[in-house]
Amino acid sequence: MKLLGHKPTRSAWFGLVVVGIFIFIAVFTPFLAPYPESANIGGTWDEPSGKMWLGADQIGRDMLTRIMYGSRMTIGVALAITSLSFLIGIVLGFLSAVMGGWVDMLLTRLVDVMLSIPGLIFALIILGVFGSSIPVLILTIAVLDSTRVFRLARALGMNLTVLEYVEAAKLRGEGTWWIIRREILPNASAPLVSEFGLRFCFNFLFIAGLSFLGLGIQPPYADLGGMVRENAAAINFGMMAPIYPATAIALLTVSVNLVVDWLLSIEARPSGAQAEM
Amino acid sequence: MIDDKKIILKITGLRLEGVRAGNVIVDDVDVTLHAGEVLGLIGESGAGKSTIGLSAMSYARAGVHIALGSIEIDGIDIRKLDASGRRGVRGRRIAYVAQSASAAFNPSHTIMDQVCEAPMIHGLMARDEAESWARHLFKSLDLPEPETFGNRYPHQASGGQLQRAMAAMAMSCRPDILVLDEPTTALDVTTQIEVLILLKSLIREYGTAALYITHDLAVVAQVADRIKVLRHGKEVEEGTVDGVLQAPTQDYTARLVAVRGAAASERADPTSVKPEVILKVDHIDAAYGSFKVVQDVSLDVRKGETVAVVGESGSGKSTLARIITGLLPPTAGTISFKGQVLPRSLAERSKNLKRTIQLVYQIPDVALNPRQTLLETIGRPVSFYFGQGGSNDVKPGEHQTIGETIGRPSSKYMGMSDAEVDTRTKELMDLVELPQAFLTRYPTELSGGQKQRVCVARALAANPDLIILDEPTSALDPLVAEEILKLLRRLQAELGLSYVLITHDLDVVHRIAHRTAVMLRGSFVAFDETERIFAGPYHPYTEKLITAVPVMRSDWLDEVLAKRKSAAAAA
Repeated sequence: MKLLGHKPTRSAWFGLVVVGIFIFIAVFTPFLAPYPESANIGGTWDEPSGKMWLGADQIGRDMLTRIMYGSRMTIGVALAITSLSFLIGIVLGFLSAVMGGWVDMLLTRLVDVMLSIPGLIFALIILGVFGSSIPVLILTIAVLDSTRVFRLARALGMNLTVLEYVEAAKLRGEGTWWIIRREILPNASAPLVSEFGLRFCFNFLFIAGLSFLGLGIQPPYADLGGMVRENAAAINFGMMAPIYPATAIALLTVSVNLVVDWLLSIEARPSGAQAEM
Repeated sequence: MIDDKKIILKITGLRLEGVRAGNVIVDDVDVTLHAGEVLGLIGESGAGKSTIGLSAMSYARAGVHIALGSIEIDGIDIRKLDASGRRGVRGRRIAYVAQSASAAFNPSHTIMDQVCEAPMIHGLMARDEAESWARHLFKSLDLPEPETFGNRYPHQASGGQLQRAMAAMAMSCRPDILVLDEPTTALDVTTQIEVLILLKSLIREYGTAALYITHDLAVVAQVADRIKVLRHGKEVEEGTVDGVLQAPTQDYTARLVAVRGAAASERADPTSVKPEVILKVDHIDAAYGSFKVVQDVSLDVRKGETVAVVGESGSGKSTLARIITGLLPPTAGTISFKGQVLPRSLAERSKNLKRTIQLVYQIPDVALNPRQTLLETIGRPVSFYFGQGGSNDVKPGEHQTIGETIGRPSSKYMGMSDAEVDTRTKELMDLVELPQAFLTRYPTELSGGQKQRVCVARALAANPDLIILDEPTSALDPLVAEEILKLLRRLQAELGLSYVLITHDLDVVHRIAHRTAVMLRGSFVAFDETERIFAGPYHPYTEKLITAVPVMRSDWLDEVLAKRKSAAAAA
């Protein structure tokens, strides 16, 4: 079977299938989950059984249900963050590349300042001041993350604006917005798509990390990072509880990376071969 | 005689295939090269000549592999050797000179380091021995300050010097065979002749055999003993230089030889020129930062006239195009269009002024957006300037006079509906002789000549008065370039267009320009009727340009050398 005109490798297939399952679960959680999100079904850290396939969490909620809701929440928030971050980063990055001059100067210096402050510290300060609601969380991380997207988009845009078809559009009298949308974006889309996958992974891990520290998504909502923390004590008793959400985080991150690797390899070798030495 | 000498390179039944099945790049080609002999490989782009040159070293580019054939260097089939065996042959017995020397040198090592690398790796010479040999080569290649030239980094040498340094690098192991892949194509004519002379004497002096790859028959005629003509990966014919030039047996070769011959008698049609002056450039200066690139240039173009601007790279001729279009505002002087002074920068010019001056670029591959179909590429300027959707600052009727002069009134196009835009786009395809079915294609699905036609159509879509042609044919194969020139002439006759033709190709100038300006270091040294420019008396620089153009005879270069010698003796 071919995807995008190319045959996925075995590892790419693995990634695609796992990502597909995660997306399916995230979208249909309310119909798929065996129990309601916050219902107490059993006792603290019950062993897996026919009733609760992965056992119970620290207050007796069904682990499988919590993981499904947790994935839904973490994936959803990470996706929202990445989309917003790309929107901001691409628009400003291309604008910077096409307009040049003081616009470019102002934006790049601003981004430099933001990049000079470690992301996690920056996020902790903002979330500490404004409190950790989901909209604040999305906005904060998206703005922080958009600096990196800006850098990439600006670099791609710079390479494209010097090409003669863009100059031809400028000579014609086309507006900046039209040039960005019709001349630059379509030619930069391939690297941006791969970058979207990678940045999604980073944001996913960042959210999980913040939640693990208690500053991310707040209870009673389930989320994977928070679940690791809440169940961490179970390790002391030799129980599996925190391993399940941690595995879900690892599995999704690795799978997205496998897919992105494959996408990048398509771009890197259009002829599909190495030189004969 | 050559035939008595031993065969140094013998390629038999060579076949190269692309990785995708069924894609044959070179099919059943034989090459025989005797010691000390130069064989010219000639053909248009995609003919497989570079691929054959590389496979002489048993090397194939990414995406291609050698499927069949034997490659014997001095009787040893190098395809049967293992990787280290092949490395032992490459550089030592057979060396390669690439087209773009500036891309082939590593920018962070000195030239000396790179020239000495090969003999040291092969264990042929010690460092000081290799260095003195390199200095000897620099001297015989006429490089400046041969004693210290090697200490320079690649960016400290000019294009012509780098190309010669690359020849020195190839000669560093005194190989039996040189593969020269378009060694002069990227150079100016005036530099090309110098590099050609030196390459020729180098090959003679050391008795090196060479494969000389080029698309320019006149160039190869000067250095080669025999010529092999290739097309679509197959051999067309092979023969001695004089044999191929004077009595080609194949139709394709005859056409290649005829391109320049037929052209010699062709001249621009004086009846197409009307007295009305379209563009007037008055004492223009321009600079990049503090560096002055154009100084005190004046130029006027009449309706239906072609004015050529010729000069070497760096003479400021492309900058002149940028000034006229408004991309680079001049620091002094004025540009007027039909008596109206143009604002200096593009941003200040109205949409209609932008419309009336259009530009066609040198390299059609980067002038077309690869993600837009031809319908979008050609249709956009039509709807942008004339459609209902575009915010039009051109009022119908206002420019009726301009319009009337170009085939059809511009006002006819004002407020076009989508269907009319579509019809006009199809008309434009007919005008540049492309099938309308191509409108759904992307630029990558077209050949080089077809792409350049699309660029012309895009310029015509604006219904302009003046088209600036920036080297419109120099990236194209000779036969394709011929077709584009024919198209440009026809369009001028039919639509009464004016052209500013920027080029380094004097042959093209001679044939299609009514008047010609010769540009040197940012100023015009001559500006006159083309006939008078070519008839003389010349400005010394004009003479240098004219005499540097290779003529399709095998003894042209020797003649030039003889003339120089007698001139030197007289002085």
